Amino acid sequence: MQRGNGRREDQRTERMLGALAIAVLVLIGAMVVTVFVNAWPSFSSNGPSWFGPGGNVDTQLRAMQESTPLPGHDISYFRAWPLIWGTLLTTALAVVLALVVSILAAVFLTEFAPAPVRRTLEPVIRLLAGVPSVVYGLIGILALAPLINHHLISTSRKQSVAYVVQLNGADLTTATVILAVMITPIMVALIAGALQSVPLPWREGSVALGVNRWRTIVRVSLRTARPAIVAATVLATARALGEAIMLSMVSGGRGFAANPLDGLTFLFEPVRPLAATIVEQSEGLTIAPLAHTVYAMAAVLLVSAAGLSFAGWAAKQPLKRHGIRV
Amino acid sequence: MEAGGLAPSSVRPVVVRPRRQSSASWPLIDRVGYWLCWATGIALCLIALAIVVFMLVKGIAYLRPALFVKSPAPSLQQSQSGGFLDPIVGTLIITAIGTLIAAPMGVALAVWISEYARPRPLARIVESAIDVIAGVPSVVLAIFGLLVFSESFLGFLSQNAVNGSVYGRSFFAAGIVMAILALPLIVGSTREALTQVPDRVREASYALGKSRASTIRWVLLPSIRPQIASGIALGMGRIIGDTAIITILLGVTLTTQGVGGVPVLGTLRGTGSTLTSYVYNNSPAGEGNAPQKAYAAAFVLLMVVLALNALVTRLTGGHDRGGQLSALRRALTGRRRQWSR
Repeated sequence: MQRGNGRREDQRTERMLGALAIAVLVLIGAMVVTVFVNAWPSFSSNGPSWFGPGGNVDTQLRAMQESTPLPGHDISYFRAWPLIWGTLLTTALAVVLALVVSILAAVFLTEFAPAPVRRTLEPVIRLLAGVPSVVYGLIGILALAPLINHHLISTSRKQSVAYVVQLNGADLTTATVILAVMITPIMVALIAGALQSVPLPWREGSVALGVNRWRTIVRVSLRTARPAIVAATVLATARALGEAIMLSMVSGGRGFAANPLDGLTFLFEPVRPLAATIVEQSEGLTIAPLAHTVYAMAAVLLVSAAGLSFAGWAAKQPLKRHGIRV
Repeated sequence: MEAGGLAPSSVRPVVVRPRRQSSASWPLIDRVGYWLCWATGIALCLIALAIVVFMLVKGIAYLRPALFVKSPAPSLQQSQSGGFLDPIVGTLIITAIGTLIAAPMGVALAVWISEYARPRPLARIVESAIDVIAGVPSVVLAIFGLLVFSESFLGFLSQNAVNGSVYGRSFFAAGIVMAILALPLIVGSTREALTQVPDRVREASYALGKSRASTIRWVLLPSIRPQIASGIALGMGRIIGDTAIITILLGVTLTTQGVGGVPVLGTLRGTGSTLTSYVYNNSPAGEGNAPQKAYAAAFVLLMVVLALNALVTRLTGGHDRGGQLSALRRALTGRRRQWSR
């Protein structure tokens, strides 16, 4: 290629690629703006109590579908608390469960597993990360839910809450367990990576001082990798928040706010998070009030996802000070 | 690569590993931790084994060769409700559209972020924007897509509903939104690979009189081909496995239903289904409620995903010192460029 040509071609390439980058930015901007513009009517007519409790969400959604306002209320009357509560519950429980499991698994993978075991475990984690959510949902609804229904929920427990809600195994426990299985591989991969990049001399120093390997892992490796563990948790939380299909399959399909005051029964009550509700209501997006409500739910998810990705970025900053890139 | 930021990579220190100390001398609580680690590792393997065996048993029990060649038919009788030919074709179409859009775009974006990145603030914003897309739930992408493709000027990508409004659901719509879903994975893999290429390679190319653009085209991109391919394979895995976008943007028909008379274009403007939406529809959560069909289709889906997984391993096998998890990790985080350079 000629030199003069090359220079011009360089500029042209840079401009084209830059234009593409700007186009992607515009697309993201458009998405955020569109979702918020469409969500606004629902937020503005309900005010801050959109997020609060009040009545049955499913009745409110059905009222919008059928365009018959609930007595004494506006057509766009909506109180999202049961859905938000369901999102918080499933996400928090699954993330806590997955965090414990994945820290142990990551330590095992990087420190204790003999080479053959490690060579088995790594593909296993990749496999678990790759299984589509609809397959997880299918296993949840057809294998795990009946199992829990038959063996863990006693008839007396079912009767005790029969007047409010029917317990059938598609519940908080099933949703949490499957969600935890879905996000664990992500966390294991990230935490194991961070553990591997803890400087070897730091660990050697600890061992040389007579500290045993377990204590070295806890006091040196895990402590150094703490920001990465936070970042992995944040990423996994974002995944759990946005999981829609699996949750709409296994979580019982009722917008019910599971009540921790019910004792153990609480674990077997159905929940339905925001993302799953969006999928289930997507057929009715031509009906204006319903569409605004659905976009309002999407806006809540969008803000949470953006907040989480910022939190993950912020969490990783301390590691960079040590020259560790995670 | 994992130690890359810590020590000069050219000289790898010789590590003398002392004999493993036995855990018998440890305090009880430490030993408990040690055994918990083993238990967790084995439990994860057992869970994966259980999933695969369960799907294998159910899949083989209900899978019939005829299912691959018959279209789904609306019927309450399991024997009359057809197979999943249309969903398989639908999966192929969606994956093809999504990959064809996302692959060139992703590579181009990664090249810009990694090699040009001027002005810097813009590059940082684009980077965070891509991070944001990676975190946005696919349902949100889907309903945003529905809104966009229902605009009347995009009517040529789907069909008009009875009342004249644009339907907004079609193979085009779903495929294009899928491309957005796969984009961060491809950008992440490519960008990470580009940062790994030593600067001396670029300098050698410039010294031979090559321009920046032709260095990228003829030197850098060929040298990271396996990583680009693994990013694309991961993106395809994401596209094949996603259900929310399909159920919202591909319409509710199980069979492929084209629009108008034009053969290929008509199909792409029409509605249909993929393996994931077929499984969803036939599960107890959907309308069909035919668990046998759902199991059979889910088994096929799982096999496709496993094959893609194996492909990623093969592609990156010789290149990753960080073990088999690094492709997954890279796709999840898409490491940032070092800005100090």
